[in-house]
Amino acid sequence: MALYLDNAATTPLHPVALAAMLPFLEGKFHNPSSVYTPARAVRQAVDEARIKMATALGASPEEIVFTGSGTEADNWALYGVLESNPAKKHIITTKIEHHGILFTCRALEKRGYTVTYLPVDEHGQITPAQVEEAIKPDTAVVSIIMANNEIGTIQPLDEIAKITRRKGIPLHTDAVQAVGHIPIDLSALHVDLLALSAHKFGGPKGIGALYIRKGTRLAPLLYGGAQERNRRAGTENVAGIIGMAAALEIAVNELTESRPRISELRDALINEILTNIPHVKLNGHPTHRLPGNVNVSFQFIEGESLLLHLDMQGCYASTGSACSSGALEPSHVLMAMGLSHGMANGALRFSLGRENTQADIPRLMEILTPAVARLRAMSPLYDDYIKKGE
Amino acid sequence: MEYSEKVMDHFTNPRNVGEIENADGIGTVGNEKCGDIMRFFLRIENDVIIEAKFKTFGCGAAVATSSIATELVVGKTLQEAVKITNKSVMEALDGLPATKAHCSCLAEEALHAALWDYAKKSGVTIGGLQPPEEKNHEH
Repeated sequence: MALYLDNAATTPLHPVALAAMLPFLEGKFHNPSSVYTPARAVRQAVDEARIKMATALGASPEEIVFTGSGTEADNWALYGVLESNPAKKHIITTKIEHHGILFTCRALEKRGYTVTYLPVDEHGQITPAQVEEAIKPDTAVVSIIMANNEIGTIQPLDEIAKITRRKGIPLHTDAVQAVGHIPIDLSALHVDLLALSAHKFGGPKGIGALYIRKGTRLAPLLYGGAQERNRRAGTENVAGIIGMAAALEIAVNELTESRPRISELRDALINEILTNIPHVKLNGHPTHRLPGNVNVSFQFIEGESLLLHLDMQGCYASTGSACSSGALEPSHVLMAMGLSHGMANGALRFSLGRENTQADIPRLMEILTPAVARLRAMSPLYDDYIKKGE
Repeated sequence: MEYSEKVMDHFTNPRNVGEIENADGIGTVGNEKCGDIMRFFLRIENDVIIEAKFKTFGCGAAVATSSIATELVVGKTLQEAVKITNKSVMEALDGLPATKAHCSCLAEEALHAALWDYAKKSGVTIGGLQPPEEKNHEH
């Protein structure tokens, strides 16, 4: 049986979400904007899904707008805020954002905006003081990733939100990896915008949402029909919305059980790797990290070849190496934390989910330990290290 | 991105992994950014390469190109070996994904660096062989 350890890439669709979706892929196909009886039933289902989403996040239903993905929500948050406030041309973000924010910022730079990319410490964290110091009279928006997709580090968003609120600057957070995995209460956490994606918490792909706090000025990204109260045009992905709401409801309701259980699995796996394989470094924060995230660098070997060895034995994970991405640089997140090229190229991410159990740890170690040894045996870097020690 | 069967075969069962003690030519090349480092060892008798081994830090394509390059070079004269290029390495592997083409260049460079090392040590001139470029290697 396959050993799936890539839940930060995507999660399997929760069976309850699938069951909730099926009627809307079959008989209940009607357009929720139509006026006749069956269409009104579909409209009602979409409204109920919105209420479920809002309840799970401590928000009001009218603050939840459905999008085609987390990336769309991220793009919209930045473009929408900037367009509604054309006088301000400065953006504050971090060096470790997901590409959905990072590349949007790069595109905005080409359009004349200036962007401050806050550096992170060795664990991948920024401090609230860094945000405060970066604020200029010209600052239009602050965008901080809630929990990083590669290293799982959670940012001190509570404190940052207090600063942006005091200064009256909209705060967006890319919470794609956080929603459904750590508690989020938007009645207490004062972010103005929050992006989420269904397939990261047991929902289907191709559906996400942007939380827009009441009173936030946000121009549309997509123009067209009057869907989503004129904020996001395009016929609703009804089945996707239903599936996302069902999955989020379950994920949030189960959080008190799943979070400690998966965190314990994570710590056991980290401990197992660090004690049994020499020359390994844990990347990310030791405690302020997502329950399922394990990111480790194996010195002297390259991540993609290790992934291929795991893949051949039915074990699926992910890497920060340059070679795997098709880019010429290793992960910008690991580089921002100060890792050497060698260590960044040797980084693997195992992300645990609701279906993983204790039994998966020895199964992984049985595959991982010999694969690391085999690649080190053919590594000129390991050779140099051994010979230096002699 | 997909690797050919030939690439996966050479990655899974790489030929000629290891080193040659007192090798006649050793060449190490690498690209710090991409994270590929290759070291080739050659044994040469009467202007013929009779043994080739390698050690490589790198992705699947880097391991496979190293493996096939050592296979291609054994039995070749020095003159023939110089003519092995990244293109011949690519062809022998039934192609590489576009983003991995640089790995085949690295295999060519590693082979040429090992030949250069031999030429320098033995005082032999190998026609058409260029000195290896100075590059920053990550060690």
